Amino acid sequence: MKLKRKDLLGLEELSREEIELILDTAIPMKELFTRTVKKVPTLRGKTVVILFYEPSTRTRVSFELAAKRLSADTVNISTSASSVVKGESLIDTAKTIQALGADFIVIRHPNSGAPHILSKYVSCSVINAGDGMHEHPTQGLLDLFTIREKKGRIEGLKVGIVGDILHSRVARSNIWGLKKMGAEVYVIGPATLIPKDIESLEVKVYYKIEDVIDKLDVINILRIQRERQKEHLFPSLEEYSEIFGVNFEKLKKARKDLLIMHPGPMNRGVEISGDVADSKNSTILEQVTNGVAVRMAVLYLLSGGGEIETST
Amino acid sequence: MKLLLKGGRVIDPESGIDEILDIYIEGDRIKRIGKNLKIRAKVINLRGKVVGPGLIDLHTHLREPGREDEETISSGTLAGAKGGYTSLCSMPNTEPPCDSVSGVKFITTTAKQQGVIRVFPVGAITVGRKGEILTEIGKMKKAGIVAITDDGLPVMNSLVMRRAMEYTKMFDIFIISHPEDINLSKNGVMNEGVVSTKLGLRGIPRQSEEIMVARDIFLAELTGCHLHLAHITTEKSVELVRDAKKKGLKVTCEVTPHHISLTEENVIGYDTNCKMNPPLRTEKDRRALIRGVKDGTIDVISTDHAPHLDTEKEREFDLAPFGVIGLETALSIVLEFLYRKREISLSDVFKIMSLNPARILKNDDIGRIQVGKLADIVVIDLDKECLITKDFFVSKSKNSPYIGKKLRGFPVLTICGARIVWKSKDFS
Repeated sequence: MKLKRKDLLGLEELSREEIELILDTAIPMKELFTRTVKKVPTLRGKTVVILFYEPSTRTRVSFELAAKRLSADTVNISTSASSVVKGESLIDTAKTIQALGADFIVIRHPNSGAPHILSKYVSCSVINAGDGMHEHPTQGLLDLFTIREKKGRIEGLKVGIVGDILHSRVARSNIWGLKKMGAEVYVIGPATLIPKDIESLEVKVYYKIEDVIDKLDVINILRIQRERQKEHLFPSLEEYSEIFGVNFEKLKKARKDLLIMHPGPMNRGVEISGDVADSKNSTILEQVTNGVAVRMAVLYLLSGGGEIETST
Repeated sequence: MKLLLKGGRVIDPESGIDEILDIYIEGDRIKRIGKNLKIRAKVINLRGKVVGPGLIDLHTHLREPGREDEETISSGTLAGAKGGYTSLCSMPNTEPPCDSVSGVKFITTTAKQQGVIRVFPVGAITVGRKGEILTEIGKMKKAGIVAITDDGLPVMNSLVMRRAMEYTKMFDIFIISHPEDINLSKNGVMNEGVVSTKLGLRGIPRQSEEIMVARDIFLAELTGCHLHLAHITTEKSVELVRDAKKKGLKVTCEVTPHHISLTEENVIGYDTNCKMNPPLRTEKDRRALIRGVKDGTIDVISTDHAPHLDTEKEREFDLAPFGVIGLETALSIVLEFLYRKREISLSDVFKIMSLNPARILKNDDIGRIQVGKLADIVVIDLDKECLITKDFFVSKSKNSPYIGKKLRGFPVLTICGARIVWKSKDFS
């Protein structure tokens, strides 16, 4: 099986089979990391342009490493040091990058749908590395990969996502991916940060972690942003932390094997307590490692690569 | 100028005429209507065509002065003529806004010199459209305004709105409300609901419109002013207007062609030509708007023609301006979604696009095909089909949500005061 698409814009449009293909392909990619030479020549001669309109460390570095381990050439464009500050439009920037010979554009953008608009104007592959409040498909995929690796399956698991669901592209990609893979999804957060009609995506809404924690196999804790206070979405970070901050007190009734996830970067002591973040149930650093493997799989499959037969 | 329009199917919703008739025009007025008229004049054969009163748009953004790159009085009125319009009302949200006598005079003078069809200026309610100080409504009325509005913005302060309505009443003109609670819709770019949740776009709740529809109806009751609600979009708004009319209040309202033909689902794919304010709503709302047209709750179809350049529209959805053009496609959309779907008759099409707007303007001279009235006439080929492309439009802006679609039923000839202001290439 091959991934028959030009772009990866979101998990909403992927089928379960396509998601499984990406996750399966990420397994041999991850095995590479244990070798002394962590590099294969698969994408030699290809150019990956990483175009970030927002500050980011982990996603940007993760994509760069993924491309490099596949022997692609990488170019990093951060918009603060490019012609974007001179007023160049998104579409002109995209066309310019294509004219420079890019095979992939990996884009992070503060506005939902920016990668979709861009993809209409370029023939190279566009990978969405997070667009506004919409999707962050490779984060969704790496979360699925991590859950499957730790739990052996995704089907039938109960996964809770805690925090600012309204503004979270991680939440949306996770919801689409988890639902397609047969998990049950619970979203937990302040009523002001639960988007309208989310129930129609067949997720269950809770306003209290304690009401649902005993059911969950996985809890994915989202970063909360201080700026949201100004938009009347919650009164203070302190109150947020008291009600929705995940600590061992709130995890009293949790299953012993509860998997604790966080897409990073963490606000320790706000949405997650330090001891929970560092506990044996936490898989936060493993998520980061898996991110590289999943992004290698995505680059490989979008360049036309097929299923990899695992030797083991 | 003497014109004899022969053999068309003449429809006049006010008198109830719907038959094959000839129309004789002399000067700028209709002189005779009858069967097989034999008068020496320039004859135009209209067999097989529908002949109705020229369309009247209560809600056009002509962009001049200030944004002549997007539209001008000249290009906008030509777009109107092509769409079958013979009169339109220019919204005051220009740069600078039309909030003074000199602003009004600029429009009337320019329209006389460069306009193709009639332009009725609408003045601002408040100075600079800031919602604070009333404009010189009396003086602007003398200079030619037909209504006042801060369109694009609501008057958020209820006391200012009350005073504006009380004051306006004296001049026998109406007030157009842009019903939106801007605090509630802040940062929103599309209807709030399942689609905005999926797309990760900030939502504009329906309540931001409905609250202001309700408020302004209450103020109309308090003041006795004629309130015209611009571009209503939700089921509840229609209900509120229906109840207001039952009470006998002087309340009228309009819907746009896009709100009766498109829904929030059209935003999927982030097409910025589906970004407008108020936003596209749900299928349930769309159905309710059509019911409102059928039972007379909704008086008028208005275009809310809002030109924007490709360079402004072809960008991130959040950052693109609100609004779509509509003058050149409105009639086709109304024919497609209301007439051919058997929701309303052809006579009703002219009622909501010509007669009712004329009545709201209290103008007895237009909106009718009757002897003695101005010869403002549109001739329609119901079967003419067009694939809508950017090249289709004569408007300076091409931001239409119907690009790529095939539409049917177009004006082939538009006559304004006996002048032929539009003739399609394929009409001889």
